[in-house]
Amino acid sequence: MALLQIAEPGQSTAPHEHRLAVGIDLGTTNSLVATVKSGMSVVLSDDQGRSLLPSVVQYGHDGTHEVGFNAQSRQAEDPKNTIVSVKRFMGRSLADIAHVETMPYDFIETEGMIKLRTAQGVKSPVEVSADILRVLRERAEAALGGTLTGAVVTVPAYFDDAQRQATKDAARLAGLNVLRLLNEPTAAAIAYGLDNSAEGVYAVYDLGGGTFDISILRLSKGIFEVLSTGGDSALGGDDFDQRVFCWIIERAELAPLSPSDARMLLTRAREAKEYLTGHGEAPITARLASGEYVDLQLTTEIFTEITRTLVQKTLAPVRKALRDAGLTVDEIKGVVMVGGATRMPQIQRAVGEFFGQQPLNNLDPDKVVALGAATQANLLAGNRAAGDDWLLLDVIPLSLGIETMGGLVEKIIPRNSTIPVARAQEFTTFRDGQTAMAVHVVQGERELVSDCRSLARFELRGIPPMVAGAARIRVTFQVDADGLLSVTARELTSGHEARVEVKPSYGLSDDEIASMLKAGISHASDDAFRRALREAQVEAQRLIEATRSALREDSALLNEKELADVEAAVARLQTVVIGDDRAAIDSAMAALNKATAELAARRMNQSVKRVLAGRKVEELGS
Amino acid sequence: MLAGKAGMAEDFFALFDIPRAFAVDTGGLEIRYRDIQSRVHPDKHAHLTEADRRVAMQWATLANEAYQTLKNPLLRARYLLRLVGHETQMENNTAMAPEFLIEQMEWRESVIESREAGDIAGLETLQARLRRQTKAQYATLQADLDEKHDYAAASDMVRQLMFQEKLLHEIDDAIEAIEA
Repeated sequence: MALLQIAEPGQSTAPHEHRLAVGIDLGTTNSLVATVKSGMSVVLSDDQGRSLLPSVVQYGHDGTHEVGFNAQSRQAEDPKNTIVSVKRFMGRSLADIAHVETMPYDFIETEGMIKLRTAQGVKSPVEVSADILRVLRERAEAALGGTLTGAVVTVPAYFDDAQRQATKDAARLAGLNVLRLLNEPTAAAIAYGLDNSAEGVYAVYDLGGGTFDISILRLSKGIFEVLSTGGDSALGGDDFDQRVFCWIIERAELAPLSPSDARMLLTRAREAKEYLTGHGEAPITARLASGEYVDLQLTTEIFTEITRTLVQKTLAPVRKALRDAGLTVDEIKGVVMVGGATRMPQIQRAVGEFFGQQPLNNLDPDKVVALGAATQANLLAGNRAAGDDWLLLDVIPLSLGIETMGGLVEKIIPRNSTIPVARAQEFTTFRDGQTAMAVHVVQGERELVSDCRSLARFELRGIPPMVAGAARIRVTFQVDADGLLSVTARELTSGHEARVEVKPSYGLSDDEIASMLKAGISHASDDAFRRALREAQVEAQRLIEATRSALREDSALLNEKELADVEAAVARLQTVVIGDDRAAIDSAMAALNKATAELAARRMNQSVKRVLAGRKVEELGS
Repeated sequence: MLAGKAGMAEDFFALFDIPRAFAVDTGGLEIRYRDIQSRVHPDKHAHLTEADRRVAMQWATLANEAYQTLKNPLLRARYLLRLVGHETQMENNTAMAPEFLIEQMEWRESVIESREAGDIAGLETLQARLRRQTKAQYATLQADLDEKHDYAAASDMVRQLMFQEKLLHEIDDAIEAIEA
């Protein structure tokens, strides 16, 4: 029965303003950008009608750089400065990366994330990814005719905190306002589910160029609930190319290869793999710079044989994800295939056999993630239309914990917890008079710290000297809706609160981001400064609008003084927003945000009370 | 964490507006959880002000914690006992009935043996037996909490169930280790 009509908080903003928002699939091999146009999610193409942007950046000696097809075409001639599959390096150190010896790059092992020496100086994977994202942002702004409000950027579900943070940093560096980091299989599920009005439990099998994800989702009454996720963030189509590449070298009995010959043969290997999807045999021919000649036939049988272990490697996380969800294969209603690598017939066959059903391939596996991300971006930007009231409940893929005595891990938040999630744990001192305490945050499932990923180390100082065991230190882990962690620690017994906030060490600090942004601006003589000011002004206007709209509806929730404070903060922002003092705008915005905190809290309470009251009445009436 | 937040509910039961009891209509709980999340989730507030977004994250975090606590029978029982001022004090109270401890040791040995033998079927049989036993114990727990209000007995049962849930977890891990 229909009852009270309750306006949701999100629906009160000006109805006619359409905000430009995009979904970006930042892939290992290819990247895409999509948006919602007239209610339909569409991929945006470049001026030559190509939707895929190869995730390749070439840094030339002349100070210019190329991204995409132009960069890809130069990889054999300039392998050292042409960065492919940079996603594999995001949030990773040298020790984490497989096949380093076959890569033509000049790696620099640094504290934390790996860096690459190029013709244009040292580049971090974050900067290389930002160069790719910038091209997509420009493509979208040209196509949509305006500045973007924001973007949803997808990440593999199995990405850990360091990899997620690196992705978000790259997007910020590319001038994007990140509305949300969205897990790739979840994005695919949105595109698939909304397209097919699907209900029930689905598995999304996502084998991309460099990453593998499996997610189990329950789709019910407009809610996409991720039950469990698993995967391997270093397994993808690239590894199949690598197997073919090794097979070529072995069969053709080749001498050690030069970097450009190696790059060319890897390309041949990839082409042969793709050709096999539609044919029983693929010819591989190449003339190397060394004068050697390669002329081989790769058959489906050989290909299947040399990649058998890779296919099997994807099934172990599938079993684990099912177990984590407490489900068996016969409870899975459908298996959605995502990622270009799922085109390989042996993958289709293995997945079909495992689940005992034909996998679903009705959406383009290359585009489905970007399409789903665009739909989510449209919603997050506030362009809500009737029927858009679906909700996404996602999880963290890996447990978070801290190091305890003996190098063991104490788990604080278990994997597959629905986000956002917070968990607090209390610790005490173990020596008399101890005034500092080291906290080491790790992510992973193993028992030993050395087997998990180290995310952050920090020291909590200023604990008042007490006898051992008397101090109470509360460490709180908060994982936000992007799956990103922040940690705070407080000493509870003393009045004096020591408080620290930690961003994991693999991520770049805000200072580093700021200096990179500045470097980018001084290089490009364009209007980056004006752009930043314009963005701040738009943001401020939006804040004023949103506050006014909240006051129109709910000013009764504030007392006179509170109301006057909010109004004063609005007035202050209004006077600075027309000027060009960016710092003044920022500080007036911060002040207004602070002044409206209480109003926001009370409005939310009211909204929750109303929805539960509505539910009660509905139950009585049914 | 509930206290002090403007107007947030007294406890997790009040948050979902359901009776404070061990017996919970899980379907109804889920519907209410979804109702609340569909209002408070950060995705619904991403385009609003920073203050709104912060409140959304706090609320969604709280709703998740509350739902996870009430959905899981063991967590729910511990939470109920805490609300009535009867902490289970796992760390300090190790007095368990000897026959229970002996039984636990036997279970554990069987798990280790099956694990070493790579006997998945054996582990699954153990799992099924243990689940049956656990189910009966939850029925007793419900009577202790909701009918007899015998919180001392309920605390004992919670402690036993914590052992058994841990054992069930270890069986899962063993199966996983064999399959890997």
